[in-house]
Amino acid sequence: MSVSVQQADFDLAAELAALRHGRTDLGALVSFIGSVRDVPLTLEHYPAMTERALMALEAEAAQRFNLCASRLIHRYGALNPGDQIVLVLTASRHRAAAFAATQFLIDKLKTEVPFWKLENGTWVEQRADDRHAARDWQGGGFEPQRS
Amino acid sequence: MTLHTLKILTFAWVRTQTGAPEFEVQTKAATVGALLEELIATRPGWEKLVGRQEAIRCAVDQVFAERHTSLDGVREVAFFPPVTGG
Repeated sequence: MSVSVQQADFDLAAELAALRHGRTDLGALVSFIGSVRDVPLTLEHYPAMTERALMALEAEAAQRFNLCASRLIHRYGALNPGDQIVLVLTASRHRAAAFAATQFLIDKLKTEVPFWKLENGTWVEQRADDRHAARDWQGGGFEPQRS
Repeated sequence: MTLHTLKILTFAWVRTQTGAPEFEVQTKAATVGALLEELIATRPGWEKLVGRQEAIRCAVDQVFAERHTSLDGVREVAFFPPVTGG
């Protein structure tokens, strides 16, 4: 398990290689990458709290979905359209856990990790859809409970 | 009520509206909510937050908190809008 909060870009192939190095138990590997769409943005963050919050989420996912391994990377600073922002990488013995955990992690981190986006000089507002997506995971299982 | 020293941090529009990203205060406030009221009432720039108070979220010692969260033993309080990462 590992998290990084950084300005630098990340490389999925390198992260996959690092995650699976020497392991033969990882039947399933799932990745999500969030990228900047259309307009440049700047990501502000609360140093130390962001890492702490990501580590707590990662630990929650590892336990809830019985993950074998995971890697979370979230960038901050000035980013351009097409730039990568966030990586969620999960590994489990069978695919259901890795798929569900990846969805859980991105859904939760959107409302529980202290980053703020500035686009065109305006602070982006948190979306109701994102709040609902996070809330739908309250049930405790492998599936979000859409209400 | 004892007077204690706290580090205050602000982010996003809470930071830009009030004009100070980080500073120390001495306060007798017992809860986060009381502290926020005090800052808005007494600190230059913070009066701009009146009317947007509902949207302000908080953390104590780097853990999300509520208005009723106690400041007992706390060293750091942060005020910010709902987060928009990912």
